[in-house]
Amino acid sequence: MMKIWKYIISLSFLMCLLFGAHSFAFAENEEKESFNAGEVIIEHVLDSYEWHIFTWKGHEVSVYLPCIVFNEGKCYTFSSKVFHENEQYKTVNKTNSEELVFTIPHEGSYKGKIVIVNADGTMKRPFDISITKNVLALFISCAIIIVLFYLVTKAYQKRGEKAPKGLQSLFEWLIVYVRDDIARKAINEKSVDKYLPYLVTVFFFIFINNLLGLIPIFPFGANITGNITVTACLALFTFFITNLLGNKEYYKDIFNTPGVPWFLKFPLPLMPIIETVGCFTKPFVLAVRLFANITAGHIVVLGFISSVFIVAQISVAGGVGMSIFSLILAIFVDCIELLVAYIQAYVFTLLSALYFGMASKEHH
Amino acid sequence: MELISPDFGYFFWMVLAFGIVFFFVAKFAFPIIGKTLKNREQKISEALEQAERTHEEMKNLQAKNEELLQQARVEREEMLNEARITRDKIIEEARTKAKEETNRLVDAAKETIENERKAAMTDIKNEIANISIKVAEKILERELSKDEAQMEYIDKVIKETEKQ
Repeated sequence: MMKIWKYIISLSFLMCLLFGAHSFAFAENEEKESFNAGEVIIEHVLDSYEWHIFTWKGHEVSVYLPCIVFNEGKCYTFSSKVFHENEQYKTVNKTNSEELVFTIPHEGSYKGKIVIVNADGTMKRPFDISITKNVLALFISCAIIIVLFYLVTKAYQKRGEKAPKGLQSLFEWLIVYVRDDIARKAINEKSVDKYLPYLVTVFFFIFINNLLGLIPIFPFGANITGNITVTACLALFTFFITNLLGNKEYYKDIFNTPGVPWFLKFPLPLMPIIETVGCFTKPFVLAVRLFANITAGHIVVLGFISSVFIVAQISVAGGVGMSIFSLILAIFVDCIELLVAYIQAYVFTLLSALYFGMASKEHH
Repeated sequence: MELISPDFGYFFWMVLAFGIVFFFVAKFAFPIIGKTLKNREQKISEALEQAERTHEEMKNLQAKNEELLQQARVEREEMLNEARITRDKIIEEARTKAKEETNRLVDAAKETIENERKAAMTDIKNEIANISIKVAEKILERELSKDEAQMEYIDKVIKETEKQ
């Protein structure tokens, strides 16, 4: 186990160093504002171009991340630190050598996103693949997942058919659980092997990201699985795998549902429409469920923590009292979140397996 | 609103990152893990089956042994019985024979004794006759004067004869 911790810690340091070029600049904090819980919580839950670690004596300690935007086919890269020094970042337009202005508006539909300010003052959203806080967190967690799987695979290669040991036992328990209690129960014997790698990947991806999201210290604690983009992406993977690997029976069930009276199919194809919509609602539900559960968990924990500062603004003694109360509640919610981390990974995997099972079932 | 609107840039990185993880797990990690798990499970189930089979064999062997033992016991019993019967028969035969022999011997002895007795009687008769004759001879040989001396002499002669 010690070996793994060494890996994790050294990886974190590596990440710190990598982005150190942009990082740890102390931002100026103009005036002491009153604590706004809603803003703090939403700021945490949402994405941003820098990773705010903590505020110390009015200075914000953040990791500034690289921005990568495309405009008219040309790539522009710069550190997000530029937006802390000035409101706007001016550069040369690579297509026509004119001035190109980037900014991050504080309100409006592009709030918090990099936009190009046109000469007439209108704003245009460029093609933006910046390494944001969530992207960095995603990279870190993916690296961790790959390292963990690498170690486990090495252990399997080394130990062969001997009993598992250490990290391998933990992974084996979960892998066997996904295989026997999720995949094999939902999918028929013949096609289960086809879907198993995806189910294992998705289970560990969600589970590990959920757990990392609960660690409040940089470089963890980002709201990865509580982001609609991530959950939508996972749901789309499930959607495409379901429909691309679906067999004839599956499509027959959709377009010519057996056991349904003919007048529901002709002249108005009511059943096919409902079934087709169902194909799309399934991944949508998957995405929304995971997103809502994880985001809600983060919001609740942050809410309890924020309540300390809200009370402390009114009275210091109240803040101290509240902190004990809030800490207990926050720990309680964190414990529940540990459960939720597992349950949501399980539910997502189980439902994916059920959809795969439907798409590969055989009538006898 | 931003909370529920997907971001394209992030989506791009997510597809890439998840794709890499998926590729790594599906192409590298899982085949090895899955294969090892399957092999191990097969090995375990085979070992269990083997144990079951061995157990069954042991049981059969034990049953066979028990049966053999039982058979041996029955055989021994039979042999013992037979031996007893044979022994009894032999003893009985021997006894009968011995009795017969004894009877025969006794009869023969009786016969011999009878014969001996008869012979002895004859001998005695002859002896008595001889003695009588001898006595008579002796008596006749001496002319006896007195009756007393005569009687004395007769006694003496009889004694002498007896001594002979």
